[in-house]
This record gives sequence, structure tokens and C-alpha cells, in this order.
Amino acid sequence: MTSELDIFVGNTTLIDEDVYRLWLDGYSVSDAVALRVRSGILEQTGATAAVLQSDTMDHYRTFHMLERLLHAPPKLLHQLIFQIPPSRQALLIERYYAFDEAFVREVLGKKLSKGTKKDLDDISTKTGITLKSCRRQFDNFKRVFKVVEEMRGSLVDNIQQHFLLSDRLARDYAAIVFFANNRFETGKKKLQYLSFGDFAFCAELMIQNWTLGAIGEAPTDPDSQVDDMDVDLDKEFLQDLKELKVLVADKDLLDLHKSLVCTALRGKLSVFSEMEANFKNLSRGLVNVAAKLTHNKDVRDLFVDLVEKFVEPCRSDHWPLNDVRLFLNQYSASVHSLDGFRHPTLWDRYMGTLRGCLLRLYHD
Amino acid sequence: MPGKLKVKIVAGRHLPVMDRASDLTDAFVEVKFGNTTFKTDVYLKSLNPQWNSEWFKFEVDDEDLQDEPLQITVLDHDTYSANDAIGKVYIDIDPLLYSEAATVISGWFPIYDTIHGIRGEINVVVKVDLFNDLNRFRQSSCGVKFFCTTSIPKCYRAVIIHGFVEELVVNEDPEYQWIDRIRTPRASNEARQRLISLMSGELQRKIGLKVLEMRGNAVVGYLQCFDLEGESGLVVRAIGTACTLDKLSSPAAFLPACNSPSKEMKEIPFNEDPNPNTHSSGPSTPLKNQTYSFSPSKSYSRQSSSSDTDLSLTPKTAPYPQGPRIYLCPSSPSLSCGSLHLKKSCLLLSESSLTPHHSSLVSPVLRKSVSFSEELFLAASGMGSGSAGKEGGPFKALLRQQTQSALEQRGGSPHRFCRRREFPFFTLTAFPPGFLVHVGGVVSARSVKLLDRIHNPAFVGIMGNTRSYKLLDWNSFNSDEPETRDAWWAEIRQEIKSHAKALGCHAVVGYSESTSICEEVCILSASGTAAVLNPRFLQDGTMEGCLEQRLEENLPAGCGFCHIPYDELNMPFPAHLTYCCNCRKQKVPDVLFTTIDLPTDAIVIGKGCLIQARLCRLKKKAQAEANATAISNLLPFMEYEVHTQLMNKLKLKGMNALFGLRIQITVGENMLMGLASATGVYLAALPTPGGIQIAGKTPNDGSYEQHISHMQKKINDTIAKNKELYEINPPEIAEEIIGSPIPEPRQRSRLLRSQSESSDEVMELDLSHGKKDAFVLEIDDTDAMEDVHSLLTDVPPPSGFYSCNTEIMPGINNWTSEIQMFTSVRVIRLSSLNLTNQALNKNFNDLCENLLKSLYFKLRSMIPCCLCHVNFTVSLPEDELIQVTVTAVAITFDKNQALQTTKPHVEKSLQRASTDNEELLQFPLELCSDSLPSHPFPPAKAVTVEKASPMGEGNFRNRSAPPCANSTVGVVKMTPLSFIPGAKITKYLGIINMFFIRETTSLREEGGVSGFLHAFIAEVFAMVRAHVAALGGNAVVSYIMKQCVFMENPNKNQAQCLINVSGDAVIFVRESELEVVSAQQPTANCQPLCTGGEVTT
Repeated sequence: MTSELDIFVGNTTLIDEDVYRLWLDGYSVSDAVALRVRSGILEQTGATAAVLQSDTMDHYRTFHMLERLLHAPPKLLHQLIFQIPPSRQALLIERYYAFDEAFVREVLGKKLSKGTKKDLDDISTKTGITLKSCRRQFDNFKRVFKVVEEMRGSLVDNIQQHFLLSDRLARDYAAIVFFANNRFETGKKKLQYLSFGDFAFCAELMIQNWTLGAIGEAPTDPDSQVDDMDVDLDKEFLQDLKELKVLVADKDLLDLHKSLVCTALRGKLSVFSEMEANFKNLSRGLVNVAAKLTHNKDVRDLFVDLVEKFVEPCRSDHWPLNDVRLFLNQYSASVHSLDGFRHPTLWDRYMGTLRGCLLRLYHD
Repeated sequence: MPGKLKVKIVAGRHLPVMDRASDLTDAFVEVKFGNTTFKTDVYLKSLNPQWNSEWFKFEVDDEDLQDEPLQITVLDHDTYSANDAIGKVYIDIDPLLYSEAATVISGWFPIYDTIHGIRGEINVVVKVDLFNDLNRFRQSSCGVKFFCTTSIPKCYRAVIIHGFVEELVVNEDPEYQWIDRIRTPRASNEARQRLISLMSGELQRKIGLKVLEMRGNAVVGYLQCFDLEGESGLVVRAIGTACTLDKLSSPAAFLPACNSPSKEMKEIPFNEDPNPNTHSSGPSTPLKNQTYSFSPSKSYSRQSSSSDTDLSLTPKTAPYPQGPRIYLCPSSPSLSCGSLHLKKSCLLLSESSLTPHHSSLVSPVLRKSVSFSEELFLAASGMGSGSAGKEGGPFKALLRQQTQSALEQRGGSPHRFCRRREFPFFTLTAFPPGFLVHVGGVVSARSVKLLDRIHNPAFVGIMGNTRSYKLLDWNSFNSDEPETRDAWWAEIRQEIKSHAKALGCHAVVGYSESTSICEEVCILSASGTAAVLNPRFLQDGTMEGCLEQRLEENLPAGCGFCHIPYDELNMPFPAHLTYCCNCRKQKVPDVLFTTIDLPTDAIVIGKGCLIQARLCRLKKKAQAEANATAISNLLPFMEYEVHTQLMNKLKLKGMNALFGLRIQITVGENMLMGLASATGVYLAALPTPGGIQIAGKTPNDGSYEQHISHMQKKINDTIAKNKELYEINPPEIAEEIIGSPIPEPRQRSRLLRSQSESSDEVMELDLSHGKKDAFVLEIDDTDAMEDVHSLLTDVPPPSGFYSCNTEIMPGINNWTSEIQMFTSVRVIRLSSLNLTNQALNKNFNDLCENLLKSLYFKLRSMIPCCLCHVNFTVSLPEDELIQVTVTAVAITFDKNQALQTTKPHVEKSLQRASTDNEELLQFPLELCSDSLPSHPFPPAKAVTVEKASPMGEGNFRNRSAPPCANSTVGVVKMTPLSFIPGAKITKYLGIINMFFIRETTSLREEGGVSGFLHAFIAEVFAMVRAHVAALGGNAVVSYIMKQCVFMENPNKNQAQCLINVSGDAVIFVRESELEVVSAQQPTANCQPLCTGGEVTT
């Protein structure tokens, strides 16, 4: 006796959260059944393995049918085939678009292309995430990227509108899209200590301050929205950053800046002497990073540079985080007191974001 | 020009990409009704076209309105080649034809293609302006309401229940036409879908006409089925119960009509002859009263008083030797009758013979406890005694029996007078209180027929007609051809009627008909419950109130229906009677089998449970007549075993009655399957069931004895366990005190076989049993061993689960609102090696048990819950395949309250019933605004239509409901039950009756057979929901999947499936809705089209 056909269709589509997770994690039906057996479900319910097998198959089939709709979540809401309560729909979407930290760290900042997709095998081996799950996550990234890439307006809003994700997840996707678009390098060994959260935090700050969308604050005229793009950095701004070079190129200005900072922080830092000794190096590093951002390649290396030029020197001198904060605050504020400096707004736009990023990046 | 149909195509969405180059579609729409077609403009390059068309107007007569579906085809415009069809939507506009149902159909419909499934959606608005038509000879029956619900629909009141209506129409199946060889599968499927839609429309219209003729205004318990007879054609048949319903529109309708006599007076003018005695043999339907109210009693005059010479319906069949005990022989395997047939095409193998005598039936019983003294009854009584006198029977017959005898005479009239009203059948399974007086038991009949092409000259050359399908009404066409499908059913119905008569009953309730077809053999089955009804209900329901009171006086509440309707001294079969354990006045049988739902007032101890008997029998492959012979030889044995199994399982559960019994016999190439499902309960009125005793044939073998006693112990333990599980702890009654003849152990558990349907075969076996010990299970061979084992292998549902196949679970009243309707299908392939009866039985048993286990597992999150209306269907699509389809609904209930003891339960249910009435009282007030008083063809209708916005009033109502967050798709509940727990049905919008075909030539790509069928069933649900939502409804009640025919050819990577579903579209309002609305925060983006927007649970 073999079962040729075995289906269960409810008027309200049954969704088993545990099975959904197993499916998302890319387990085959037999693996999923084995895992479920291990979870002790048979003992709890008095079911047999055959029942579990049939149940798992059913759910997998349902998920497989739902997957097409999940690729465009608004379709899931408007479709008529599966009657799913709204809360369940939200859960389905949210879980489908959720990703693994380990996975995202591998592809963050990479071009979401076929080439990268070919590397998924390696990523799967490295992270222990099934290839299937890797593919799903990669495809999600790519899909979201494709949809919002050319869109105007707030990146997070766009993602939320087209994929109906929670605020939190939409922000993460905004970071992924932003990183993928600007191809920031995140894979270097030096950057391995950083989490996705660190990068996402930086991405958000950069989107808020450094992109085209950042300055086009709610333009009333729809035509002026042309440039309101969140995914691309503001090229003009990057060009202007060259002007900051004066801060390190002009020796007087650099000395004055240093003395202003040192005066203000004397006695407040536990690492004052180290700071004093390193000030010029650090300042040069930060300003040079800014000046280099005109080149695409250097934009990609932004995080490598920040870590190399600032985080690592401070860390080797064992600066406490609070001292870093005090220093950066003072460092950016003091510039306003420099008489010869003519770009305070530009500086603030640059340093405001950078300060936030650096503080986030500064940890072990 | 009696009607104008107006259609507007608004928009489409989610269309498939039809142009690979642009990834877009240039869609346009064809709207077709009858022979008229309109087209929209082409909406270029969009997957979400906005046609916003003008109103397309079709001016048609109402006959077409009823028959034809509106056909909407979405196409992709192609400049260089033929336009590609994207898909179709068929809309049944019938609901727009009743004044009280929907006024507009408006909403998103899935665009369906038989090859690709659902491909996007289309937004359509449909309206109908009906003009008043007073033409008496019209062929349409607009305005007659149809309900699938097998009880009086909730917001209506039955004024008169007229009785049985049936009709069938026949056509050639397009799938088997020569043209099918040259057309595409899509064209063939669409031809079939459209034909069946047309045939259903016509069938409904014809039934409607019969109802109008009976002066009814509605059909309740409407059941329409298709017989796909293959080469020989396509039969669409329907049965139902004609009623005159009154919308509960004012509280006044509820007043107990103490003015009933005046009502009767009013009826009298309709009579041709107010004096019933002048009717020669009296009115014959149970609805005898209806005769008084209708003038056109064409057939009555023909009924001579000589009808007492009653005869077997089918003169060809030799009458059976009469005897008091052999009265039912539905499946006599005698072949002799076959030769008598005019045509070999129809081989009547199991013709029944009817005992032609009344005398044994009109028995001299006097039931003192029931004494009606209304004038009408007296009249009837006079009439009745007259006929009894002719037969020389005793005179002291009771009113009930006289009614019955009158009916019998009618029934006994020569079969050429077979008319629908002749059959006192009711497809209802639940009744207004007081309607059901006594229940006799299950009556059923089966007959094996050989199919042959339905000879019909009209088939020739109809293809070129303006109307591409000519529908043929077999009745009118070939009335003198003996081998018509109609005649087949008439025979079966006659047989049922005579069975009921033998049980001392004048009516059959819970009546249903079914077929099983394999190649050219067809088994026709009919079954129902013989009953005695309160005739007053059949005349004028306004007496409800008075009647109820009277019944309360006369019949002890809650046990009256159990009392035997037949005569104790002249029992039609060997049964064991005791005094009713409830009232102690009347006799009751020891076991009661019925096909109806448990009456609401029945006193039940403990809870009920689903009981199934499953059986397979191998049969040799054979052709034509030999095959039919083999089948009819097997049938009686199967029936017998199924009943034995049911009885044993019932006893094992410690219960004494079965409700909702449905026995399905399925025929396959090389086997027969029997599946009986019922809900077992313990009726307080019936005696405690005895146990099961096991005996061996070789008593001297010591080890064997030990084994036997071991088995016995196991059985006893199981009974004890079940009693605990189902909370069966009846008050101890020393039966001696009642002074009833006390059953000795052997009699105690005697099978009341005759209550079930029986055959002479069965009788023989029974007799032999009787000589030894009827109640003992002998395990002298492996077969019996298997039986005992199978008894013990049925595992009870896990804790927190209950299951039943009736509307509600006896013993549970506190339903909460969560419901989940589902369909589950399983197909197993038997390995041909182990094809023995035992192995087959085991496989089948496992299949069913595993299926149930799977259901319990899947629905575990709903615990505590009950699977209600569990409906199993078995089919044998191929040699080694068994397909089981289950549809049921899981309903949650409140555990705490459910654990109360029995007594409060009963009180509760009574309270509940009364509150229901109160609710009904309130509702009409609310409905007054939107429900116009029912004119058959209200001129007001047009006005209503005009007023209706695309929203429809249903939508409007529902907008007050909490909106479904973020979603434009309203929730539509589906349930096989006639109610929705925790909610009130405020409006019936019309019947949903849909037929779909889905075919694939890429089975593997669609996920194999499971993927294919899973997707299809999901699509069917979606289409049903969309139609309901478009009518403005938010639920389908009495939903049923009548057919799910699945065929596969894995080698060719092909599969095809046909599904037929039906139900009643309704608007319901949650009882708690008002409070909920104020509590909930409406979400901002509730779209205007949000219909039925209650949040799913």
C-alpha cells in the first residue's frame, strides 16, 4: 500500500510556524521530519511518523505554492487563492525575508549578481546554512534591490511599501541595498569583528546624511524629486569633501585645531597623552578619508579606511569608548572655532555621520 | 422582454504575462450571455488593466436568465495571430432573480483556465432588471428560492412543507463527442463546464416550476448531482423539498397562531372539493393537506379506491413470497427479472418486489397517548377508515396511521402515475420542533443497472443549432421508453416508500440519492429514515406554537421520536422492544438507526462519536451483464456485513443509536467498497445496550478457550473505557421494574437489522443466527478474527477531539467561533500481490484511520474542538487505486462548559433553542429595512437594483465590521453546517453551485498529483469565496463537495480532475460584533471593497 496522493486543503490555510522555519532553513522533507521527530512532537501528540511525514509534505507544498506570492508580498494580500488571516500573512512575509547574520555578513557590499550567486556554495559550506536557504536569502536581497534601486523617495519607505516588511526589517534591507549599491567592502579580515548591525547602523546614518535624498527634504514640487534618491551617495557632496583637506594641509589650521581640542579635553581623558601624541595622525586619517571619497574605489574602502586610520590606532592605545566619544565630539565641534575654515556645514554633514559611525565601529 | 441583464467590466489585476517580449499583456474582455457577445476595448501593455467599460446590456427572457450562465472571457490581443485566451469566469446570475437575495454581483473573480488554473482576477459588476411577468404558462420559475441547507433556513419560517421535488436532465457528454477528437483539451473542458452549467440552470428552473405548481416558493435541502456516465451520457439530477417559506420580518410572525382554524378556512376556497371524503382514495402525499390547498389535482381523480390492491411497482418483477418478516428485499440477487426487460441495455438485477398488502401495515394499534381532535384530523380519519374498511382491516387505527394509509394508497397507484408528489420524501435532516413524531428506522434501496447510450433521436444533428447544446428532458421526451434514468429512480423511490410503509411510517425524512458508476455498471442507491410526521406541519406552519404545546402534552419531550411507529404485535421484522426508558409509556426498539440529525429536543447521555464501518470485497473482472450479476450477488453480503460492523462498533462504544447514517457502496473494476459513517449516541429513551459476547466453535480446545476469554476481556475493557470517554453514565434502571420483557443476554444485543435496509439474503443469515445465538460473535475462522481485531483497532480520537458526521455534536453546545473547513484527499495504490479480502480490508481500514489521525494532528492547535459533518467519499478511479475524500469542519468549543453533566446539557440546549427564537425575533426588525416583503415578481425589484451601489447592501452591512488590516480581500467562511457558531445568519443570498474541470499536461512540473490536486482544490475554494463575496456575502453554509473525480496518467504526465461544489451564500453577523466594533481600532487602509471584513480567527 503506497500513498499516491495525500493532500489537505483548509478554507483558512494552515500555517505551522515550526515547519515554516524548517522550510525556510532549507531542510528537505525527510530532514524536516527527522528534526520534528527529535523535537518530541510524536510523544506530545501521539501521532505516528507517517502522520508527520504527510503533514510535513502538505506544509511544504503549501509553502512552495505561497513562495511565488511571497516574492511580491502585496500579491499575497490581494490574492484570492489562499485565505490567510492578516497576522499570519505578516508572519509569513517577515519570516520569509528574515536572513541569517552569518549569511548577510558574507554578501554585504557585494554585487548582487550571478557571480556572487555562484559563490553561495562556498558560503553555505562556510556558514553551515543550507544552500537552499542561502539562495532564498540571496534572491531576497537581489529582488528587493532590483525593485527599489531606481526608486525615488525614502528607501525604507519604498521597501516597506513593496515588501510589507516590519520597520526593523525594512531598515536592515535598506542597509543591504545601500551597501550593495555602493559596494562597500566589508569582507576584509580587519572588518571581521564588525557585525551586520554595525554596518546597518552606519548605513542608516549615511542614508540620512550623505545621499541625494538627504538634502531634498520634502520638496513639494514633484519634479524636484528627481534627485531624491536614497541609494546613491550625493556625488556633489563627495566632491565638496575635498575642501576639507585644508584642515590637515594647512599646518597652522591643524595645530590650532589640535590645541583647541587638547585644551578642551585636558584632564577629561584617561588617554590624554596618547590622544595628544596621535592627534595629527588621527585627524589626517579622518580628513583624508573624506578627501578620497571622490573615487569610487575609495568609497568602497571607506570602512577599511576608517578602521585602519582611526579604530585600530585608538584600540592599540586602549582608548575607552567614552574617551573616543569625548574626543570625536570635541574634534568636530572645535572646527567651528577655526577662523580660517570656510566649510563648517560641509564639515558637520561629514563629521556628524562619521562620528556616529566611528563610535559604533569602535569595539572589540 | 422580461429581463435586462447589465454587465460592467471594471478592471483586471495580476494578469499573467502573455507577451514574452514586453513581459506585459494586451488584455480585453468578451462578455457573453446566450448568443450575444460584447467586447471591451483592448487595454494595452498592462498586467492590471482598467477597462472601466460601459454597461453591456442583454435583453433576455427569464427562462434564459435562469438557464444560462454569464460567461466572461479574458483574452490577450494579438495583432498577427489568433487572440490567446487567458481564462474565463462563469457567473451564475440566479441569485439576482429572487427578490430577497442579492441585488448586485460585484467584485473580483478569479480568472480561471482549465489548463493553467487561476490566472489573475477581474472586477465585474452584474445587475438584473426583472420585469413583472404574470404569464401563467411561463417556463421560468424566477423567484423560487433554493437552499442546500437541509433544515428550514435560519431567517425563514416554514409555512407549509410541501414535499419531494425531483428532476433530471440528460445530455451527451462533450468529452465523448466525436468532435472531441479534433478539439483541444481546453475547448473540450470548457464545453463540458458550460454544458453542465446550462443543465444545472435548466434543472433548477424545472424544479422551480414544480414548486410553483405546488404553490411553494422555495426548495430546501436541494441536492444536485452529476452522473458522468461516460459514453452513455451525462445526467444531472436533483432532489429537494418544496416549501412555502416566510421571511421572518416581524415579530408577529412568531406569535403562536391560535387563529389557525381561520387559516384553514382561508385555504378552503382553493379546494375543488372541500369534502375530503369525496376524494376517492384521498390525498396521498404526506402533504395530504396540500391537496386541499391546490386546485390542480390532476392525478388524484385517477387514483381509484381500488388502490388497495396495491402492487409491486415493476410488474416485470415477480412478487416475492409475502411474509410478515420478509418485507424488504431491495437487492434480491435474482436474475430472472432481467429477462423480462424489454431491452438488454438495462438489466435490472436487484429489482425489488413490494409486499402488496396494507393489511399488515394498517394495524390495529391504539395509541392512547396521542389523540388529536382537530376537525381536519377527523376528516382524514374518516377517509382513512374508509380505505381500511375496504381491506377489512381493523378500524381503530389512529390518525397517524390513517394518514399513512392514505399515503399508501396513493403510493400503491400504478406506477405510470408516478408523480413527484407521490413520494412522501423529505430531504431535510433537521425539522421544526414537533414535526417529527416517530422514527421507524433507516430504509434504503439499491439497484444495479447497465448503462447504455441514452437513446434519443434528438441527439442527432443538434450540434449545429443556434444554441450549441440542446438540453433534453428525458421525462418529456421518451416517456414511453421504459429504460429511462427517470424510471430507474422511480423504482428505487417506490421501493423506499414501501419499506417505510412496512415500518409503519408514512414518510421518509433525511432522504438522499446517490450513484456509483464504473464503466457501464451503475449502482443507484437511495436511503432515508422512515418516519411519522405531524401532518399539521405539512399544511400550515403557523400552528407551530399551538402544536408544540399540544405535542408537549401528548408526547413526552425528548423521547417521542424514538417510540415505535409500527405495531408491536405485528412487527415487520424481529425486533426487541422495551418500554421507553424516559417516559415508560411507549415501546422503543433497542437500537435506532437514522439518516437524520439528532432532533434538538432528544435527550442524550454523554457525547456522541463518529462510527464507521468499512468493507471491501474483491470481485472478478467481468463485462456487462456478468459484471452486473456479480455485483448484485455481492451487494446483500456487503450490506449485511456493514450493518454487523456498525452494530458491533456501536455496542463497543456503549451507545444505542446512530444518526446521520450514510452508507456508500462504490463499485470498481475488481472490487466493491462499502463505507458507512454515522454518529453514535446514547439516547436516554432507549435501553442500555448489551455487551458483545465472543464464542468459539471448538469449545474443547483449552488454549483456544483462553484466547477467547482474553478477547472477551479486551472487548469488555474497551466498552468500559468508551463509556468513560464519552461520558455515558445513564441512571441505573432496573428494567424489571418497568415490567418490560427483559432481554436475555442473547437478545439484548440483537441486531435490529430490519431497521436498516435488508435483503432476503440478510434475512436468511439472520435466521440462522437466530437459531444459535444472535449476539455472539463467533470467531471460528480468520475472517471473524479479523472482524474482532478491526473492532479493537479503531483508535479513539486524541483527547480534546471529538468527531461526528451530523451537524452538531450531541453533548456539546458551547461552540466558540473558530471554524476551519477543510477537504482532504488520499489515494493509495494497492500492490496487486496482496489482493485478498482481508488485506484489502486492512488497507482500506488503515487508509481511513490514518486519514483521521492526520486530521487530528493537523488541527491540534484548535483543541478542544470537534470535527463536525465529517463526510467521507470513496471512489475507485482505477484497478488498484482507492481514493478517499473527506470534507468536514473543525469547530472549537469551550472545554470548561463542555464538561458539565448531562442534565444541564439538555436544559442548555433547550434554552439555546429558545434564545435562538428570540434572536430571530430581533433580527427581522433589523432586516426590515433591506428586505422587501416577498412579492414573487416585485415591481419594486427594479428599484432596488437601481439603488444598489456596487457595494451592495451586504457590503454595506459588513463595513461596520472590524476591517481586515491591510487587506482588500474579505474573509469568507465556509462550512458544511447550516449555521456559523457564535453568529447569526441575517440573509441568504442564493445558492452556489459550481462545476470545475482542471487538466494538466505537465503533471510533474506542477508538483505531481498531490501538487496538482492541492492547487486545484485551493482554487475551487477561492472561486467559491469570490462568488460569495461578490454577492455581498461573508460565508457559505451547507457547503458540500459533491464530486471530486480525479484521473491521472503519470506516464503521459497528465491528470484531470472534476469538482462539483455547492452551498448557500449568506451574510452573517457575529453575535459579539457590536461590542467588538467599539473595541477595535479600525485600520486606516481598509479598502472600500473590503467585504465581509471580519478578522479571521
